[in-house]
Amino acid sequence: MSQPSFPGSAEAASAASADSPNDLTVQDDTRAVDIPRHRSGGRGPVAPMGGGGALPPKRRFGAESVFRWFTTGAGTIVLVIIVAIAIFLIVKAVPAIKADKANFLTHFEWFPNDPTDPKFGIASLAFGTVFSSAIALVLAVPVALGIALCLSHYAHKRLANGLGFLIDLLAAVPSIVFGLWGRDYLVDPVRQLSGWLHKYFGWIPLFGSDGPYGKSILLGSLVLAIMVLPIVTSLSREVFRQTPGMNEEAALALGATKWEMIRMAVIPYGRPGLIASVMLGLGRALGETIALALTLGGGWAVGSDIIHDGGNSIAANIANGFGEANDIGRGALIASGLVLFAITLIVNMIARAIVYRRREFIGSAV
Amino acid sequence: MTSMTTIPTSSSAPLTNALRSRRLPVWALVAIGVAAAVLAVLLFKVAGLMDGGWVLTLVGAVLIFLIGLSVISSVVEGRRAARNRVATSLIYSAFVLALVPLVSVVITLLNKGRTRLDGTFFNNSMRNITAFDSGGGAYHAIVGTLEQAGIATLITVPLGVAGAIYIVEYGRGRLANTIRFFVDVMTGIPSIVAGLFILAFWVLIVSPHLSSTHQPFNSGFAAALALFVLMLPTVTRSTEEMLRLVPASLREGSFALGIAKWKTIMRIVIPTALPGIVTGIMLAVARAAGETAPVLLVAGGTPNRNFNPFEGNQESLSVYIYDQAAAATKYGPPRAWTAALTLVALVLLLTVVAKLLSRRTKLNQK
Repeated sequence: MSQPSFPGSAEAASAASADSPNDLTVQDDTRAVDIPRHRSGGRGPVAPMGGGGALPPKRRFGAESVFRWFTTGAGTIVLVIIVAIAIFLIVKAVPAIKADKANFLTHFEWFPNDPTDPKFGIASLAFGTVFSSAIALVLAVPVALGIALCLSHYAHKRLANGLGFLIDLLAAVPSIVFGLWGRDYLVDPVRQLSGWLHKYFGWIPLFGSDGPYGKSILLGSLVLAIMVLPIVTSLSREVFRQTPGMNEEAALALGATKWEMIRMAVIPYGRPGLIASVMLGLGRALGETIALALTLGGGWAVGSDIIHDGGNSIAANIANGFGEANDIGRGALIASGLVLFAITLIVNMIARAIVYRRREFIGSAV
Repeated sequence: MTSMTTIPTSSSAPLTNALRSRRLPVWALVAIGVAAAVLAVLLFKVAGLMDGGWVLTLVGAVLIFLIGLSVISSVVEGRRAARNRVATSLIYSAFVLALVPLVSVVITLLNKGRTRLDGTFFNNSMRNITAFDSGGGAYHAIVGTLEQAGIATLITVPLGVAGAIYIVEYGRGRLANTIRFFVDVMTGIPSIVAGLFILAFWVLIVSPHLSSTHQPFNSGFAAALALFVLMLPTVTRSTEEMLRLVPASLREGSFALGIAKWKTIMRIVIPTALPGIVTGIMLAVARAAGETAPVLLVAGGTPNRNFNPFEGNQESLSVYIYDQAAAATKYGPPRAWTAALTLVALVLLLTVVAKLLSRRTKLNQK
C-alpha cells in the first residue's frame, strides 16, 4: 500500500505512526493507574472527535438519537422501579398502619385480620429476621471463605473450575427446594442435634430450651446458611483472585508459609471486598422467603433460644399469612414488606458503596 | 503438600537442615489421620462419650486430627509450619463440608421425587383432586411456569440489554453512575418485595380498571411483571460486564469507517458479546423460574388449567410445590417432591447450557 508518488504524506504517516504508539501507551498507563482511585464508571471508548466540516449535520430525529433516547430510558427504568416500589408500598401500607390499634414498631404480635380490633407490630418479626440471618451468616461465612480460598489459592486450577461450577449449581437450586428439603429431611437430624446441644451445652442461652425441638430458628438458619453460601463464596473468590501476584510473591520471598502469605497479602488486600460480599450475603438472607416459611415454626416469641420450635421472619410471615389476609391484613403485610425493603436496601447500598470505593473488586459474580 | 514434594531433597543432609527446617513426611500425616480415626471411634462410639453417633465420631476424628497435627507438627517443624498445616486442613474440610448439603439435596430429590414421576403427573392438572386423592399432576403448573418466565423474559431482554448499552456506550456523568449503582443495589431486592410491589401496583391499583367488574384480579402476567423486576438488574449487570469486554479497537475500527454509533453497537458490539449476553439471560431466567414468593402473591395459584396469562389465577411449579407440601396427607408431599425434581431439572438444564455457552465466547474474561 506504499505510495511512492507522495513522499511527504508517507513521511507524515510514518511520523504519526511513530508517535501514536507512544501516546497510546502513555494513555493506557495513566488509565491503568487511575482506575482504582477515580470513578471509572460508565466510560466506554471515547468516540473519535471528527473535524466535522464535511460530515452531514446532526439530525434531531435520526436513528442515532432515537436509539440513544431508548437506551437512556431503559437505563432509567431501574431508578423508576426503585422509587415506584417505595411509593406504592407506602400508599398501600399507610391505611393499614392507621387502622392499627397497637404500635406498629413495638408491638410483638400480628393479628391484623380482626375486623374490630386489628393489632399488629413488626418487633418480633424484625427480630426473627435479623436473628436468623445473623446465625446463618455465622455458620456460612467461615465455610464460604474457606471454600473461596480453596478455589482461588489451594486447589489445582482445573479442579477448582469444576468445583466452582458445583458451587454455582448450589446457587441455582430454587429456594423452595431447599425449604422442602429442610422441612422433610433436615428436620430430623436437627431435632437430634438440638437435644444433644441442650444436653451438653444447655448452659449457653442459645441452647436453653428443653423442647419441643424441630422447626426452629436453628433449622431455618442452617437452610439459610446453605443458601447464602454460594453467593458469599463466589464473590469472595473473585476478591481473592484479584490479589496482585507481586504481593503474594513478595510475602513468599520473605519466607512466609502459604497461610502467612494469605494472612499478610491476600486477606488485607481483599478486606473491603470481603466485607461487601458478607453484606450481600446478609441482604440475601434477610429477604429469603419461602425456605423460611417452610422451615420456621412460627409464633411471636422473642428470645435468645434457637432450638425451640418457633421463629418467624418478615418475609416468611408474608408468605404464610397472605392467604387468609383481609384488606387490613394485606395492608399490614405490605407495611411489613416496606420495612424489609428498607432494611435490605440499606444493607445492599452500604455493601455496594464499599465495593465502589475499591472498584477493582467488581467481579463478574453477582 | 505439593510444595513439599516438589522441592528436591539434597543428598547432603546437614546442609539441607541448615537451609530449611525439617518437614513431616507424608506417612506421618497418614499415621496421624488413622490414629485420630481410631481414637475417635474408641472415645465416641465404643466408650459412648456424649451419646456419640457416627456424625459426632466423624467430627471428633477431624478435631483430634487437627489437634494431633498441630502438636506433632509444631514439635517437628515449628509453630509457623504447624499453623500452616492446620489452616490448609481447615480450608479443605470447609470444602468437603459444603458438598454435604449439595449431595444430600440431590439424593433426597432423586429418592423422593421418583415416586410420582409418571405420565399422569405430566398430563394432568389438580382439578377435582383433593389432598386425599392419589393421581393428579402438574401439567398446569409447568405451563404456568413456562408462560410466566417467558413473558418476563420478553419484557426484560430488550430493556435490560438497552439499559446496559446506555451504561457502557452512552452513559456519562452522574446519571450513569447512579444507574449503575442502583442496578447493583437492585440485584439484592428480596423477591417477596418485588411481589408486594406488583401486588400494590398492578393487582390492587391497575387491574380493577382492566376488568369489567372493577374488581382486582390475579394473573400470570402480574407474576411475569414481578419476575421482570427481579430479572432486570441481573440481565443489565451481566450484559454490562460482557459489553465492557468487547475490545475498544473493534468500535474504533467501525467509527473510522464512518459508521454511526448505534449501528456500530447493534452490528459490531452486540454480536461480539452475544454468547455472554445470552448466558447472562439464561441464568436470570433460571433464577426467575424457581421463584415462589412473588408468584404466590400475584398469580395466586389454582388447581385448574389456565393457559391465559392475562386473566385469572395461574399456577407455577414452585407454587405447586408449596401447596402440595402444605397438604399433610399421604399424597401431597410425593407430588411436591416430583414437582421439585422437575423444577430443579428445568433450572439446572438452563444453567448448564448457559455455562457451556459461555465457554464459546471469544472474549477472554480476565
